[in-house]
Amino acid sequence: MATQQTQKLARILIAPSIILLLLWMIVPLAMTAWFSALNYNLLNSVTSFAGLGNYRYFLSNPAFLSSLLNTLVLVGSVLAISAFFGVLIALLLDQVIVGRRVVRLMLIAPFFVMPTVSALIWKNLLMNPVSGLLAWLWRLFGLTPVDWFTQVPMLSIILIVAWQWLPFAVLILLTALQSLDQEQQEAALMDGAGAFDRFFHLTLPHLARPLSIVILIETIFLLTVFAEIYVTTGGGPGVETTNLAYLIYSQALLQYDVGAASAGGLIAVVLANIAAIFLMRIVGKNLET
Amino acid sequence: MGRITLEGVTKSFDDTKVIHGADLEIEDGKFVVFVGPSGCGKTTLLRLIAGLEDVSGGRILIDGKDVTRLAPAKRGLSMVFQSYALYPHMSVRRNIAFGLKMARMPKSEIERRVAHAAGILNLTDYLDRRPGQLSGGQRQRVAIGRAIVREPKGFLFDEPLSNLDAALRVQMRLEVTRLQKQLKTTAVYVTHDQVEAMTMADEIVVLQAGRIEQVGTPLELYERPANVFVAGFIGSPRMNLFEGPVAKRNGATTLGVRPEHLRVQPGDAVVADGCEAWGGTVIQAEHLGSDTFVYVDVPGIGTLDARCTGELRVQVGDTVTLLPDMHQLHRFDAQQLAMA
Repeated sequence: MATQQTQKLARILIAPSIILLLLWMIVPLAMTAWFSALNYNLLNSVTSFAGLGNYRYFLSNPAFLSSLLNTLVLVGSVLAISAFFGVLIALLLDQVIVGRRVVRLMLIAPFFVMPTVSALIWKNLLMNPVSGLLAWLWRLFGLTPVDWFTQVPMLSIILIVAWQWLPFAVLILLTALQSLDQEQQEAALMDGAGAFDRFFHLTLPHLARPLSIVILIETIFLLTVFAEIYVTTGGGPGVETTNLAYLIYSQALLQYDVGAASAGGLIAVVLANIAAIFLMRIVGKNLET
Repeated sequence: MGRITLEGVTKSFDDTKVIHGADLEIEDGKFVVFVGPSGCGKTTLLRLIAGLEDVSGGRILIDGKDVTRLAPAKRGLSMVFQSYALYPHMSVRRNIAFGLKMARMPKSEIERRVAHAAGILNLTDYLDRRPGQLSGGQRQRVAIGRAIVREPKGFLFDEPLSNLDAALRVQMRLEVTRLQKQLKTTAVYVTHDQVEAMTMADEIVVLQAGRIEQVGTPLELYERPANVFVAGFIGSPRMNLFEGPVAKRNGATTLGVRPEHLRVQPGDAVVADGCEAWGGTVIQAEHLGSDTFVYVDVPGIGTLDARCTGELRVQVGDTVTLLPDMHQLHRFDAQQLAMA
């Protein structure tokens, strides 16, 4: 596949799909950019040019900084939980246990539940301060049940999202563990390495690459968490659980300000790209070799 | 010191018995090769000595000390694996030093030993590379380096050369043998290749279906195989073995004669008293220049393989007479055991 002929042919053949993908991306982006420069409110049929006014408005909104912080806290915490417990659970599942296949299937199941549905289950069945399972558990020990979404709203969201994304991490790490060379482990055993030495010197370096993939993919999706917040806290109390995605939504569809929401959208795109560049720098190194 | 003794060692996986009571005495400093067809239990036996598998019965002693229940690292043996099993995330230096580091050895001592091993194995220039950047032969040497720095009582080799190409294998064969003689450390080496066994071993242990068939020096096995299996397994090309009236006439159930002990004479031949002569037709002749391999179909016996030194002008379809060296006939009884 290295002759000039085949390269040219390859380019021609993949061109349609590349052009389609480009349009798919460019048109909404261009429209967003255009809207962000307009005074455009859904309640007002008159639009006018606003220049950078929308950006100034969005950036000076006190909710913006807190939403940025909330986004970072949410992404960071979920990543930490799914990386740490992901490795731990994957190590457990890699052991030979009875009913291993069933256990694996059940562990992976949360990943296939729609975010809206799982958020509803957590909200109404588990975390409800009156009738929830956790409230019952608290009462069982004579404690006052926690009103999750009022007292610790961010922690609640983190728990829900982590519950959804942990299986993904487990799945990827487990596959990686199964490809761990058995003779290497035995060689380490002959070298006198204990379980911890083997974990830190062999298993963990082996997991560096799949962990990078988990972090990369999860970050992409966690930056845009929306359904869980919408269903449970609605961004509240106040703006305590409003992340960037939810702030843009409330700007556009609660305050009908399409212009400011578009400006916010573009700011989010820039921020996500900055995060992506840093991530690729840090994590990408592991993917090379 | 490194005297390894096996006393009635057995091993079963679930209900299948794979080692049927092995008794063996490996003297200090000897190079012992376990050889046998695949599935004969040679690797299992090695892993039992290493401690990577639990024995089902019997005892393993090293220098007279019972190590049957001891952890692998505590037995003072080191192992070279078939896949080399190098640690891919560590440099060659750290690979070799790993076992010493685990033993909490002082840094200066580790450095001295790694440098020494690297010197012996020509690895000094590669110490900072990763295993992935090395060729097969270099990886092999790193694996050996990892084994020798611990200055063990014995080396265990599990088919270490089977992943190398033919030329490299011959070279590494020499290197390993020379190294072992230089270090004077007991070595147990597993292979399915009988040429490797014959060339490297002080003593060969032939295994079949979980049983030790015969133990002896290479030449003992070649000259006096204890049974039909060993006779057929040791020696290349393999020994001609056949039953029937000719075997009966020589007082055996199975008669064996090595290809190099058959003389090929074109046409008919005059037979001296008390000698055998078998006439037949050439069905295949391989001319290597240095040797000629002739396959002859002999009525009443079957196909016999003869090896003649130098070039022998015979062609397919020629009638020839095979004259066996009467002192080199191997006779086996109905139990397939060698007759005195």
